[in-house]
Amino acid sequence: MPILERDDAQIWRRRTTGQSLVRWFGWLLGVAIFVYCWQLISKSTTWFFVWDAPRIANDIWTRATPPKWGYITQLGRPIWDTLNIATLGTIIALFLAVPVAFLAARNTTPSALFIRPIALLVIVSTRSINSLIWALLLIAIIGPGVFAGVIAIAIRSIGFCAKLLYEAIEEIDHTQVEAITATGASRWQVMAYGIVPQILPAFAGIAVFRWDINIRESTVLGLVGAGGIGLQLSASLNVLAWPQVSLILIVILVAVMISEWVSAKVRGAII
Amino acid sequence: MLRLQKLTKTYKTGDQALKAIDLEVPKGQVLALIGPSGAGKSTMIRCVNRLVEPTSGGVLLDDVDLTKLGSGALRKARREMGMIFQEYALVERLTVMENVLSGRLGYLGFWRSFLRRYPQSDVDEAFRLLDRVGLLHMADKRADELSGGQRQRVGICRALIQNPKLLLVDEPTASLDPKTSRQIMRLITELCQERGLAAIINIHDVALAQMFVPRVVGLRFGEIVYDGLPTGLTPEKLTEIYGEEDWEATIEKVDEDEDVEAAE
Repeated sequence: MPILERDDAQIWRRRTTGQSLVRWFGWLLGVAIFVYCWQLISKSTTWFFVWDAPRIANDIWTRATPPKWGYITQLGRPIWDTLNIATLGTIIALFLAVPVAFLAARNTTPSALFIRPIALLVIVSTRSINSLIWALLLIAIIGPGVFAGVIAIAIRSIGFCAKLLYEAIEEIDHTQVEAITATGASRWQVMAYGIVPQILPAFAGIAVFRWDINIRESTVLGLVGAGGIGLQLSASLNVLAWPQVSLILIVILVAVMISEWVSAKVRGAII
Repeated sequence: MLRLQKLTKTYKTGDQALKAIDLEVPKGQVLALIGPSGAGKSTMIRCVNRLVEPTSGGVLLDDVDLTKLGSGALRKARREMGMIFQEYALVERLTVMENVLSGRLGYLGFWRSFLRRYPQSDVDEAFRLLDRVGLLHMADKRADELSGGQRQRVGICRALIQNPKLLLVDEPTASLDPKTSRQIMRLITELCQERGLAAIINIHDVALAQMFVPRVVGLRFGEIVYDGLPTGLTPEKLTEIYGEEDWEATIEKVDEDEDVEAAE
């Protein structure tokens, strides 16, 4: 924050002249890179397909409407599988995420030097791989089906839940913990009385939030053979049965809307 | 009963919060610890129950050196020392009753406390204490529904249900209005008298300390610079503790306050 003296008046500027120049040059560089990239992309695009796109889209739209409503009788079971994959996966993930979160939080970890990095590694590694890829791996290991889907969703969710939960643990009010410690409570009692009540709202929020995400993720797991409504979707796509595809998409949309409504209600009730 | 011997605390940053403090608190004596912010008042009482580990020196409670205890023995020793906090430090999402009963955690196994299966004698005592501080009707309320003064009363109950010999009180009135502050201070000193408890009360408000407490200890930069009767706190002494300021008004205020108290 430079202040210049000129004619007895103190003039205040947000940045010095040097800083402004640097910023101006930064913007120039950004625009130049953007233009250059635009040219590169343009060169390697087959523009015929792009100009053609509206016609193809229109073609698919006419084939896909109206949806084949009668097909709904065959979708009940797969959507139920999808819901179960999401719910079971979330429950398993939460059971595994809670200990990981306590080991990862700076204020509860038994050893910041050895155990915390391991817990953080678990969080990062489970988070960094998409559930579709987990499903592919697990189908190779335990075979196709709903079970592979459940495990894929569970593994993918551990890192997410543990990360949010350990951040909640690190943000608790320390004096409440001190107060419980001062009564002569043991380590576990301090946890049950001083820490758990403080993170319970966050925990419930994380659980429904992740469940909501998992419903969306589990709808596509079937594409690789891990059960659920995605199986029907990929089968219909393979035979170009567009009216069936559109009905499946509608069913998925409704399921996701219901799950969002439920999670919003639950979170509202807690907070 | 409580004796601090050359108690020293040096933080990792190199700040010496306490410099070889020697202090003796006899049974049943309530003393106020005054001093500017950063003088080491909070550190001192936290060193007594080892919420902060002292760097060196001894803390003798009935001739047991608390600084040498292992974690199990330390838990047993902590049961003898009740603590009351500035921001009440109640577990906000638990009920008043659960907060009071949490004072018994040191006497209970994990599962019994987890399942809230407290012995009937503890529950009876909790009701008695809540009745004593006038909060019996609030027993089932959640702690965050209470006002500041009410929360501090619950904090007092939690400390007393431990059946302690000593109360460690950290700025009990700093978040309260003047009237509630007086009520809380009166309650603490009365309860100490009833039960023959010793107490160390950290307090900012010199006038309030002078009103309720028979002995005042002044701390400055981690050293004791005053130890004596509240009436001995002359402007010169206060200047020594806090630094240069016009102290006449503070000391005069004591008499006025007592008039107000009498009028109530």
